[in-house]
Amino acid sequence: MWGKKLLVTLAIATAASVGAAKTLPVEDAILTSPPNVPPAIERDHNARVVVHLETVEKVGTMADGVEYVYWSFGGTVPGSFIRVKEGDEIEFHLSNHPSSKMPHNIDLHAVTGPGGGAVSSFTAPGHTSTFAFKALNPGLYVYHCATAPVGMHIANGMYGLILVEPKEGLPKVDREYYVMQGDFYTKGKYGEAGLQPFDMEKAIDEDADYVVFNGSVGSLTGDNALTAKVGETVRLYVGNGGPNLVSSFHVIGEIFDTVYIEGGDAKNHNIQTTLVPAGGSAIVDFEVQVPGNLILVDHSIFRAFNKGALGMINVTGEEDKVVYSGKLSDAIYQPEGSAVQTMEGDYKVAKAENKEDKVKFGKRVYDANCKACHQANGEGVPQAFPPLAESDYFNEDPVRGIEAIVHGLEGPIKVNGESFNSVMPAMKLDDDEIANVLTYILNSWGNKGGEVTVEDVQKVRQQKGH
Amino acid sequence: MLTLTLITVSLALSGASETVLIQGGEYRPLYMSKDSPMQIVDSFELDKYPVTNGQFLSFVNEHTAWQRSNIASVFAEEDYLKHWDNDTSLGKISANSPVTNVSWFAADAYCQAQGKRLPKVSEWELAALASETQPNGSLENGYKQKILTWYSRPSPAVLPDIGLESSNYWGVHDMHGLVWEWTEDFNSTLVTGESREDSTIDTKLFCAGGASGAVDPGDYAAFMRYGFRSSLEAKFTLSNLGFRCASDVKIQSGE
Repeated sequence: MWGKKLLVTLAIATAASVGAAKTLPVEDAILTSPPNVPPAIERDHNARVVVHLETVEKVGTMADGVEYVYWSFGGTVPGSFIRVKEGDEIEFHLSNHPSSKMPHNIDLHAVTGPGGGAVSSFTAPGHTSTFAFKALNPGLYVYHCATAPVGMHIANGMYGLILVEPKEGLPKVDREYYVMQGDFYTKGKYGEAGLQPFDMEKAIDEDADYVVFNGSVGSLTGDNALTAKVGETVRLYVGNGGPNLVSSFHVIGEIFDTVYIEGGDAKNHNIQTTLVPAGGSAIVDFEVQVPGNLILVDHSIFRAFNKGALGMINVTGEEDKVVYSGKLSDAIYQPEGSAVQTMEGDYKVAKAENKEDKVKFGKRVYDANCKACHQANGEGVPQAFPPLAESDYFNEDPVRGIEAIVHGLEGPIKVNGESFNSVMPAMKLDDDEIANVLTYILNSWGNKGGEVTVEDVQKVRQQKGH
Repeated sequence: MLTLTLITVSLALSGASETVLIQGGEYRPLYMSKDSPMQIVDSFELDKYPVTNGQFLSFVNEHTAWQRSNIASVFAEEDYLKHWDNDTSLGKISANSPVTNVSWFAADAYCQAQGKRLPKVSEWELAALASETQPNGSLENGYKQKILTWYSRPSPAVLPDIGLESSNYWGVHDMHGLVWEWTEDFNSTLVTGESREDSTIDTKLFCAGGASGAVDPGDYAAFMRYGFRSSLEAKFTLSNLGFRCASDVKIQSGE
């Protein structure tokens, strides 16, 4: 991907260029696909940088056997990496491929101006919009599509990074990579084969099926792993497209020597995990000292091992046994009681064996489910929740209690002379729990005593609610 | 039978298309919440199918000003009818597939030539609200997901013929799932292209960034149509944008 030549045209901007300052030399931006990054900017002056970016909708692979219709900037997720210099003027051409179903636009967080360019770049399929902006602030910025429904355009992969290098440039490193996290929402759950449609409801619930680096499971592992050699310095431009989840970005087996917090000026050192907000970024620099695989993860760890947020940097070179010894020995260790610990298997639900048990278990059910309304001593709340203590309504016919729990109770009733007219929802309790809690109530707070059996409950459950 | 056949042939030649009556009345557009006001639409007639390449070819043969090499540049972009071989030949394109790469001006002229007009947004949306079995299918299981799934896929290089999918409640085919369609007042909505900003114009209409209001995924289907329409200019010609015609209900003239 480094093959593209730096195209510097030292032509004076023509009048045709949009809003061009007359004096800046013009050059075409070099755009790269992830995980590659355009070369560092060598020039010591500003330029008018022309960016041509195309939005494309196409079927891609989310995971082995799982296909997804990605909406992309430049044909990749994340979109092409853009690199400019603080003070540059950028002439942006956004083209929407004719096969697109949707109009698209671009909101670059590096733009100072309404919508980050979204209004000016709103483009129907088969059209190109052009606008220009000046890169006023240095930093690593997210860009994304902002066409309605914004969430869906982002969830389908329409995001990427634009680096605005500070005037003085960034410190030189040996390798630079582009890693961007995103969360995806599919009709089928993780790994379910076939072409998976986007699931809006899951997206609204922020219940991601996939959380991945660079658009798909395995985009940075195996043959796609990033590489480095012992002794080299590595810089990762880390972005998070979201749409929903923030990332706890971590590299297993490395400590970040420097983190440019949230992609800005503030530098922090010796960091294990850095937070990358949705729609935000971080730049992390580190030197690799020993060979082996470094694992990139979102340390919100179930995402890494169960939703795809895994990447790899394959480091080759000489071992340094002082920095890391590797395994020195393996001996048997057998403390007392070293049998395999297991959490599997059946567990027994405690069943009440007599009335005393029922009262005891029933109190737990009462405290967990009923106390909030009917109060600790069954006194109820006047005009709202009827009393259960010395309740003529209940003592007259305890089956009413079962009915209220199983089917819910709505409409006017009279308890101890007072009228109540509120709604009690049906409770999700099993037959044992209901028998227990009603037995507890019957034997508390001056009620008449007695026992409600599971069979009583079953009988009521079979009847239809009112 | 002979006369019937003749009528059919002449209809096909003139490019006229079968129409159905869409019963007007009050309805609540797909993108509205349950408590938003109803919209009133008069009864109207709507083509059963989108206009086909064959029908549009008959039209330009008769009205040569609308042929590819004759059309004024203010009325259509360069890509106007680019999928045809030339002014008068479809080439490999199926005569029964929906015509695309037509501008609003051309679509409008076509409908006028049939003594019709383009449907209004409200009319189109009312007719599109129907599922196969009821005038308002929006609450039917899977109805909205089907539409959304179509929206989320790129357009195929070759469009299928019209009428392959079953018709909706009104007897209208292909309202969803084939091509986008021009409407008479496509650019009258308030979507500016910066969809997050639209919310300040009318929060009820254009929730945009605010998924907050749109718990119902069906809302998104409608937002997408409004978003799509607002990205258009009348001279645009898109490879997945076609049209059909509508007309006011004619006063019964003693048939």
